[in-house]
Amino acid sequence: MPEAKRRGYYGEFGGRFVPETLVAALDELESCFLRVRGDVAFRRELAKLLRDFGGRPTPLYLAENLTRRWKGARIYLKREDLNHTGAHKINNTIGQVLLARRLGKTRIVAETGAGQHGTATAAVCAMMGLRCVVYMGSHDIHRQQPNVLRMRYLGAEVREVNAGLATLKEATSEAIRDWVTNVATTHYIIGSTVGPHPYPAIVREFQSVIGRETRSQIRRVARRLPDYVIACIGGGSNALGIFSSFLGDQTVKLIGVESAGKGLRPGQHAAALAKGTPGILHGTRSYVLQDSDGQISLTTTISAGLDYPGVGPQHAHFKKTGRVAYRTVPDRDAVAAFHELCANEGIIPALESSFALAYARRLARRTKPKQIIVVNLSGRGDKDMQSVLEYERQTR
Amino acid sequence: MNGRLDDTFARLRQQRRKALIPFLTAEYPDPERFKPAVDATCSSGADILEIGFPHSDPLADGPVIQRSSHRAIVNGFTVSRGFAAIRSIAAAHSLPIVVMCYSNLIFRAGLSRFLGECRDSGVSGLIVPDMILEESDKLRSTCARRDVAYIGLVTPTTPKDRAASIAEFGSGFLYLVSVTGTTGTRTRLDPKLRQSATRIKKQTALPVCIGFGISTPDMAAEAARYADGVIIGSKIIELIDSDNGDGHFRNLRGFMAEVAGRLGGNP
Repeated sequence: MPEAKRRGYYGEFGGRFVPETLVAALDELESCFLRVRGDVAFRRELAKLLRDFGGRPTPLYLAENLTRRWKGARIYLKREDLNHTGAHKINNTIGQVLLARRLGKTRIVAETGAGQHGTATAAVCAMMGLRCVVYMGSHDIHRQQPNVLRMRYLGAEVREVNAGLATLKEATSEAIRDWVTNVATTHYIIGSTVGPHPYPAIVREFQSVIGRETRSQIRRVARRLPDYVIACIGGGSNALGIFSSFLGDQTVKLIGVESAGKGLRPGQHAAALAKGTPGILHGTRSYVLQDSDGQISLTTTISAGLDYPGVGPQHAHFKKTGRVAYRTVPDRDAVAAFHELCANEGIIPALESSFALAYARRLARRTKPKQIIVVNLSGRGDKDMQSVLEYERQTR
Repeated sequence: MNGRLDDTFARLRQQRRKALIPFLTAEYPDPERFKPAVDATCSSGADILEIGFPHSDPLADGPVIQRSSHRAIVNGFTVSRGFAAIRSIAAAHSLPIVVMCYSNLIFRAGLSRFLGECRDSGVSGLIVPDMILEESDKLRSTCARRDVAYIGLVTPTTPKDRAASIAEFGSGFLYLVSVTGTTGTRTRLDPKLRQSATRIKKQTALPVCIGFGISTPDMAAEAARYADGVIIGSKIIELIDSDNGDGHFRNLRGFMAEVAGRLGGNP
C-alpha cells in the first residue's frame, strides 16, 4: 500500500511505534473515536461541556494598541487564555475524558510540561469523578509551581519524573510506561497532536473548535478571512487547532513558531521542525531532535510547554508540503513580547503564546494596515511569571 | 545465522532442556567490564545471549534497564560500538546472539545498513520492542535478506488471531511477554501465563520464550514448564550491579548456574 494511504499516516509521518501491549487499546480507542465522531449525543455533550464548563466560545479580540504600535496589519488575538484552567488544553481534555468514559476506563494518566494540560486534565477528572495521575518532570515542577498546586487541589496525583532533563519528554515516557502497565483500567490523555495513531487525529479533532470559531468570528467582524494565522508549536496542538479551518484557503498564510531558545545551536533550542530530522519518538514518526545515532537530544527553552524534542506528525507533513511555514523565535524576543502584551493590552500571555506574538510583531512591520494577522493566544501567563523573573535575573 | 537459533533450539529439545537467555545492556556496567560480565553469563549456562542497545527513551523498559541504558549512553555508547562489542563476543563464544534495539536507532542507521552490521558482526536475531506487526514489513524483509531472525513479541493483551499473525511473520523464536507492563523484576508469575503460553504453543511451531519479570530460579523453572526458554533481564542487571568490582561477577555466575540447573542444564 502506498505510504500516504496507510492508517494513521500523514505522508511519511505518523504511524504507531509502541510496545505490543498497547495495540489493543489503541485499536479500541480508534474505533470508539470513529464511532463518537458522528454521534449526535456525544457531540451535544461535548459542546455543552465546552460551553458551560470550559467557557467557549472564546473571544476574538482586536488588539488595537498593538496594532497601533506595530504600524502594520490589524492584530487579532484568539483568546484561548480565557478558557477554564487557562489554556486551549481543556478542549482536548474534555473530549478525551468523554471518550475514556465511553471506553469504560476509570483512571486517567497524563503528562504535562508547563502544567496546563495537567491542570486541564485534573479539572475535568475532578468534575467527572475519575482518578487522575499526572507525570511531570522535576525541572518543570520547579518552574511551574502554581500549576502543580492547582493540580493537587483538583485532586490529581502529580508524580515527579527525574530521568534525563526531567522535562516534558521524560514525563511523556513515564506516562506511556504507566499506561503500558495499567492499560486495562486506564486511559492515557496525551496533551498534544503527538503520540501513536490515533492520538494526533483525536487531539486535532478536539482542538479544531479553535479554528472553526476563529473563522466564523473573523468573517463576522472583518467580513473576510485573515492574511496570516500564527500559533506557537511545541507538540503543535493549538496550532493545528486554529490552522485546521484554514488549510483549504490558499490566501491564508499559516505560520507555526518554534522556540529557538538561546539560539539554534545543538542543545540550545526546542525547534524540532527547523533543526530536527525524521525519527521516531513516543510512538510516532515525525521530525525529532536527535544525534547521529538516533538518541534523542537535549532541548532548551524558557517555555516549559514548548520544551519538547519532537512535534506532531501532521506538522512534519505540512513542512514537507509547504502548506504551513515554520519559523523560530529566541527566548529573549518571546519575553519582550510577553511584556509588550502585558503593558499595552492588559493581558498576561503564556510564555508559549509569547513566541507566536513575537513572530507576529516581526511580521507586522512588513504588512499593510488593510491586512489581518490572527495570533492564537493559546494560554495565560500567570504560571510563567516566576520563569520570566528568573530569566531576567539571569540575563541582566 | 538464522539457522543458529534453530540449531540451538533443536539441540536443546534433544537434550530435554529449556533455553536460558540472559539480557545484558551493551557496554554495561561500563565498556571495560561489559566483556567479563558477558563471559560470566556465557560460562555459567547461557544458551542464547540477548544484548540490548541502549536508547534514550526506552518505552518498554522499567527503571532498572532504563538506568543501565542511560549509564551506557553517558559512557559514550554508540551503535557502532555496540556492533564492535558483539563482534568480539561472537569471536569468543559460540552461542547465538540476539539484539534488542528500539526502532529509532534502526531507522536512523538505515534498515539495510543496520541489518548488514547485524549479519557481519554475528547477530542471529533482532527484537524491536516498539515495532508492531503493521509497521514491520520493510524491517522483516530486510531481516530476511540479511538472514537475521525477526523475533516477534506477544503480550497478555494480544488477541488470539493477532498472536497467530505475529508468530507467522516472525522467525527464530517468539517472545512471550509475561506481564502487562514494562520490564522489571516481579515476585511471582502471572497465574494466567500458563494458559497464554499453552495457547500460543498450539498456534506456532516456533520456539516460545517467556520474558519480563522473571527474577528467581523458581519463577524461571515454572515459566520453562510451559515454554522453550526464559529471558531474564532486570535481574541480571541487578546482579551485575551487585558485583564487588573485582570483575568476577560471582553473584551473577551463581544465579545463572542455579537457573540453568533448574532448566535442565549442567553448566
